[in-house]
Amino acid sequence: MSPVFEVANLKRSFGGLVVTNDVSLSMAPGDRVALIGPNGAGKTTFVNLVTGNLPPSSGEVRLGGETVTRVDAIGRVRRGLVRSFQVTRLFQDMTPAEHVGLAVLQRDGRAGRLFGRFLNMTEVMAEVSELLEKLGLAELAYRKVREIAYGQQRLLEIAVALALKPKVLLLDEPAAGVPQSDTGRIEQALADLPPDLAVLMIEHDMDLVFRFAKRVIVLAAGTIIFDGLPADVTKDARVREAYLGNYANASHVA
Amino acid sequence: MTLAVNNQSIPSRPRGGSFRRDLIGVAVIAVFAAAGYILFPDNLALLTRILAVALLVLALDLVTGYCGVATLGHAALFGSGAYAAGILSAHYGINDPLLMTLGGIVAGAVAGLLCAVVMLRAHGLPQLVLSIALIYLFHELANKASSWTGGSDGLSGIMPDPVFGVYEFDLFGHTAYFFGVALLLIAFVLLRLVVRSPFGMLCRGIKEDPLRIRAMGASPNAALAKMYVISGAVAGTGGALSAISTQVVALDALSFTQSAEALVMLVLGGTGSLFGALAGTLIFMLFEDYVSAANPFHWLTMVGVLLIAVVLFAPKGIYGTAAAYFTRRGEANR
Repeated sequence: MSPVFEVANLKRSFGGLVVTNDVSLSMAPGDRVALIGPNGAGKTTFVNLVTGNLPPSSGEVRLGGETVTRVDAIGRVRRGLVRSFQVTRLFQDMTPAEHVGLAVLQRDGRAGRLFGRFLNMTEVMAEVSELLEKLGLAELAYRKVREIAYGQQRLLEIAVALALKPKVLLLDEPAAGVPQSDTGRIEQALADLPPDLAVLMIEHDMDLVFRFAKRVIVLAAGTIIFDGLPADVTKDARVREAYLGNYANASHVA
Repeated sequence: MTLAVNNQSIPSRPRGGSFRRDLIGVAVIAVFAAAGYILFPDNLALLTRILAVALLVLALDLVTGYCGVATLGHAALFGSGAYAAGILSAHYGINDPLLMTLGGIVAGAVAGLLCAVVMLRAHGLPQLVLSIALIYLFHELANKASSWTGGSDGLSGIMPDPVFGVYEFDLFGHTAYFFGVALLLIAFVLLRLVVRSPFGMLCRGIKEDPLRIRAMGASPNAALAKMYVISGAVAGTGGALSAISTQVVALDALSFTQSAEALVMLVLGGTGSLFGALAGTLIFMLFEDYVSAANPFHWLTMVGVLLIAVVLFAPKGIYGTAAAYFTRRGEANR
C-alpha cells in the first residue's frame, strides 16, 4: 500500500544541539506504530516537527503523497494529520457533545456558521452520538468536561480526534495519568480505532505498546535506532543499551 | 466499530429552552423600555444614551466575554460609527436615519477589522497595551481631522430626517428613544443567534484554549477577526444611535475613558452573557446619574466602592452572580 504518511531525513537543531537527526519513517493506512524512547530522546520535538508547530532545519514531511513541510499546523490538520495531547486539552466549560459537535462542524467547514444550533442539526448529532456511544461517553454528553473523570476526558480526546476523520492519528501518551482501573477502557478504544487509519502512538507504558503496536520505532538521542516488530525490540542490543535495559530484564515480558 | 448507530442513544436535551429565553429576554427589554418611558418621560435623553452605550457594552462582551480578548480601546468602534453617521449627515446631506445607521454599522465593522489586525498579533498584556494605543490613535485622528470631525468642538450640523419619513426626531427625544429601543432589540436577537451558533461555540473554545482549536484545524485569529467585525457592527450601531439622537458627536465618543467605562459596566454586569452586558450598562449609568446628582463631589468615589464590592463579592458580575444563584436554587428544588 502506498504510504499515507512519510517523514524523510527530518533534522532539527537548536543552536549546536541536534535534537532530531535524520529521522525517516513511512506509514501505510492501517498501520499501528508505537514510538518509544527514553526521556530526552526527542519525541516531543519530533511531534512538533511533524504537526507543523516547529519548522525543521531540513528534511520533509509528506501526507498522502503531498509534501506539507511548508504547510502550517492548521493546514496539516485539515489534510488529515490529527493529534491528541499528552495532557488533555479540553474546554473545561464545554460538554462532550459540544466538543465532538465542534470537531464535526469544523471538519465540514461549518464551524464559522453564524446561525443555527448544532443540537438541532440531525446529521451532526447522529455523528456526535455515534462517537460518544462508541467511546462509552453517551451518558456524559451534556455534562461539563470539568465534572467528568480524567479517564473519560482521555476518551473524549480520542472522540474529538476521530470526529475530525483523520488519515493519520498521532496519540501522545493516550493513557498517561489514567488510573489503572480505567486503562482497559482506553485500550478498548484504541483497539476499536478505524482499521484504515494510520496510528502513531507515543507511549511510555510498555505493556500498552506491546498490546497495541504491530511495529515499534525506538528514538534515542534524536535518531531512530530500531524500527521493527515488537517481538524483536527487546532482543535488540542497541535498544537494550539505550532504553529498555531494565524492562527487558524484568520477568513479565512475553 | 460494530456498534449500531442509534440516534436516541444520548439523551436529548430540552430544545425549547433557548428559544423561550430569547422571548423572555426580548420581553424583559421591552418591559424595561416601557417602564423607562413611563417613569422618566423627562429624561429620555439619558435613557437613549443608555441604549447607545448598551450596544457598545454588548459589542465589548462579544470580544471580551465570549472570546477572552481584553481591550481598553473598544470605543474606537463606537466612535467610528458615531462619526460615520454624523459625517454622512453633516457633510454629505445623507439624513435618512436608517442610512446613517447603516453607515455607522459599516464604519464600526471596518474599525473592528482594523483593530483586530493590529491587536490579534499579540496576546495578554501587550494586547491590552495595543488596544490603548489604538484608542489614542483613533482619538488623535478625529482630533486632527477637524475639517471632517469638528475636532475638539465636536461635529455638529447633524439633521436626521424623520424615520420612514413619518416620525420626526422631536425635542423631547421620543422618536430617538423608540428608534434606540428598536435597534437594541434587533441587535439583541441577532446576537443571541450568533452566540449559540457553531461560530459562537468555536469562539468559546478559543477563549478556553486557542491551541486546542488550532489542533482541530480552525484558525483562532480568523475567528477572532470575524468576531471583531461583528462587534464593530454592533458598536457602530450604538455610535450611530448616539449621533442621531444627540445630533452632535464629541471626541469623548472615541476616548479611552469611554472604553474603560464600557469595560467597567461589562464587569459589573457579568462577562460572557448578553443579559450581563445589558444589566451592567443599566446599573452603572443609572447609578452614575443618580449619585452624581445626589452628591456631585463624591459620586466617583461611590462608583469605585460599588465596583470594588462587586469584584470582590460577586466576581461573576451582578447578573452573573444572580443567575448562578437561581440556577443552584432551581437545581436544589428539583
